[in-house]
Amino acid sequence: MLSQLAASLVDGLLIGFVYGIAAMGLTLIWGVVRIINLAHGAVIALAMFGVYYLVLWTGVNPYLALPLVAIGGLAAGYVIYVLAVRRVVNAPPLASLLATFAVNMILIGTATTVFTTSPYSITLELGGVDAGFVTIPATRIVATVVAIGVTVGLYLLLYRSGVGRQIRAVANNRDAAELMGIPSGRILALSFGIGTMLAAAAGGLIATFFPFTILSGEAYQLKSFVIVVLGGLGNPLGALAGGLILGSLEGLVPVFTSASWVPVIEFGLFVVILLVLPNGVFGGRE
Amino acid sequence: MIRGAALEVARWLRNPGLWPPLILVAALGAIPAATGSATLREGIFLLLMYVALASSLNIFLGYTGYVSFGHIVFFGLGGYVGFYALTVLGWPLALAAIAGGVAAGLLALAIGASVLRLRGAYFALATLGINEAMRAFVSNFGPFGGPTGMSLDFSIYRSFGGPTEALWLAYFSMLALTIVAVLMSSAVKGSRFGLGLFSIREDEDAALVMGVRAPSAKTIALVLSAVIPGVIGVLFFFKNGNIEPPDAFKLQTSIEIIVMVMLGGFGTVLGPVVGAAGYERLRSFLLTSDPFKSLQLTIAGVVLLLIILFIPNGVIGWLRARVPRLRGTLQ
Amino acid sequence: MTIVLRAEDISKRFGGLQALANVSFAVEEGQILGLIGPNGAGKTTLFNVLNAVYRPDGGRIVYRDRDIRGLRPYDVARLGIARTHQIVRPLNELTVRENVMVGACFGRRELGLVDAAAAADATLELVGLDARSDQLAATLNVAQKKRLELARALAADPDLLLLDEVLAGLNPAEIGAMLDMIRLVRDRGVTIVIIEHVMHALMNVSDRVVALDYGRLIAEGAPAEVAADAAVIEAYLGDPKLAAGLVRAHD
Repeated sequence: MLSQLAASLVDGLLIGFVYGIAAMGLTLIWGVVRIINLAHGAVIALAMFGVYYLVLWTGVNPYLALPLVAIGGLAAGYVIYVLAVRRVVNAPPLASLLATFAVNMILIGTATTVFTTSPYSITLELGGVDAGFVTIPATRIVATVVAIGVTVGLYLLLYRSGVGRQIRAVANNRDAAELMGIPSGRILALSFGIGTMLAAAAGGLIATFFPFTILSGEAYQLKSFVIVVLGGLGNPLGALAGGLILGSLEGLVPVFTSASWVPVIEFGLFVVILLVLPNGVFGGRE
Repeated sequence: MIRGAALEVARWLRNPGLWPPLILVAALGAIPAATGSATLREGIFLLLMYVALASSLNIFLGYTGYVSFGHIVFFGLGGYVGFYALTVLGWPLALAAIAGGVAAGLLALAIGASVLRLRGAYFALATLGINEAMRAFVSNFGPFGGPTGMSLDFSIYRSFGGPTEALWLAYFSMLALTIVAVLMSSAVKGSRFGLGLFSIREDEDAALVMGVRAPSAKTIALVLSAVIPGVIGVLFFFKNGNIEPPDAFKLQTSIEIIVMVMLGGFGTVLGPVVGAAGYERLRSFLLTSDPFKSLQLTIAGVVLLLIILFIPNGVIGWLRARVPRLRGTLQ
Repeated sequence: MTIVLRAEDISKRFGGLQALANVSFAVEEGQILGLIGPNGAGKTTLFNVLNAVYRPDGGRIVYRDRDIRGLRPYDVARLGIARTHQIVRPLNELTVRENVMVGACFGRRELGLVDAAAAADATLELVGLDARSDQLAATLNVAQKKRLELARALAADPDLLLLDEVLAGLNPAEIGAMLDMIRLVRDRGVTIVIIEHVMHALMNVSDRVVALDYGRLIAEGAPAEVAADAAVIEAYLGDPKLAAGLVRAHD
């Protein structure tokens, strides 16, 4: 029992790290652009299909397909911003919520027609790694390494590059940044794109774990929201930490009860945190 | 005091904005009655249902500005409770329908007491999950039939004089409910309570400072917007003959109702009526023309996006802005 | 003289920042109390505490012998305290009249719609916006929005009116008109606390002045006294030598 618990916990933690990446994207978009991206799940789902088809058509290793999919996510985000979000970025929240929601509908609706709701999966036989009394599937380890790489990359971008400084300036005070000559429109679009890039990266990694359908994006989007709320809206490290927490929860719950309770527990946690700790466990920013 | 209330009602009835939506609904409703056609009856039943759902949602979404993505939860829960009362408890239809409405209202009250204190985006996120949680719960809830739901014994229609009579009864009940929804929508909009709701929508913090009791006002608005969908749910599934979780808590319908409200013009009485009627026609047309059948969600998304970006106040809102003279009648 | 409002030892902290520290003062009935201080001194925070937008960490707020600490903003409004905001908050998609009606319906008088409309029209006439009653609030310019903000507060028939930089962005003629309105309101029996940066205007219209700096009360008294107070001048200029020079120039 203990070893089962340990195995589930470790598995959950590692998967949670990947969830955290998706959540980081969501929280980055909130922190910089100040909107909730309801198309996040669609990007996650499309990334899964992206990796699948790249592997199918070119036979390349899924991990090598990942950077391409991530860049696709960046481009998609930029385009979504310019087409749908730009006009409502300063409007009341209702407008931007519905705008990104509409984008979600368009993406999922079209994708459902193309891909149907059948499950797809990427077969990846990588074996496992023995670590004491648990055997960790290699997919989790590779994904964690990639996730760490992504996090480091994001940190370097935000804190060690000129662009990153501009992003932080716009996040801090958009008007002041503009007055200082920073092209806020482009920075906002870029930030949105980076957020969706993270979503795409996460989606690609999740595709190496589980089978997926076009509707999976919705579930992962909800997980992202739960994590973001746990970690504090606007707090990227909090999102990572929140991902770990959620991952462990997802790993542990099925050991004790039926796995179908997981979404209910996640949602319950979501509401409770929103009510009790609106700034998340780690503190966010309004 | 009765005289005061009577004056208020008279003033409300004199408001020209009340009549276009009412007349439109009555006219639509009269068509099947006039022609006696069963196909028209079924088609207009659905149309009226959407008008009622959109008008109800508007009382919350349009007047307070809070986005409720999972509004269909009231339809589903009400439907289930009423269906249960009808089939298991053997209650008469009217009572079962009221039970559905009450259940929906109670759920709204619970949401109001807990989740409504969250603002804008947070609240919207929460509603995304409420519908899903309710569906998951009902799917596991034995008395409601679990994942396979419940169905009714068709002998129940005999008590109405046969299936055709039952269907006509359901139809006229739906028409009545739609009229009630429109009346409620108009009454709230023209009331002091409604003014408070609009102030919350425009700037909740400023409204609080001016003395608007926002927490209770929002909850009341949610309850008012939930009750009719609850009753409609019972009616719909009574006609349907059975009820299952995915049909009762269909997220897509929830989304489409939002599109209808936004298309017609949120915050107006006529808007949801026009939006629902227009969207429902578009939808029916698309469903019968092959390439578009599976693109329903996509098209709804495109419609919604175009509205948000270019005519955020919907068709009626746009008309009101363009033709100020019509502002009195188009409300 | 009746004390309408007494603030006792008000403190408010935001994370690491002590926004208000032991602020105490009193406002007499029918008085206009000016509240000055450099940017960031805590003036608006103090207003937010007075009308219950923020809860103070310490201290009491006594409004006509009633401890109002812990009440919600709408309760405070019902009791008769109205307020305008530094950055105007019009209800954009409502008409000018509807904006003012909100104040009339939910403020101290709690009027019904018909009476509120009449009250709104009267108040709009007072502030000179009656010609724009049917316009959407969003279409007004800044000066008009300021007057709308004032009208909304007045329509509630307040006992105590908190004005937060109601003159900012106005030209001298508009300032003069606004000051006349403020005096008119006071003559009707409303007690007023006014935050202002337009110094000569504030000194002109106030009966008494209190000054804040870094969340603390640093001076209190007649306008001329406070204006000449070295601590006040230093707070505004940050340089004692310059401050001393100014005091000399003031004489």
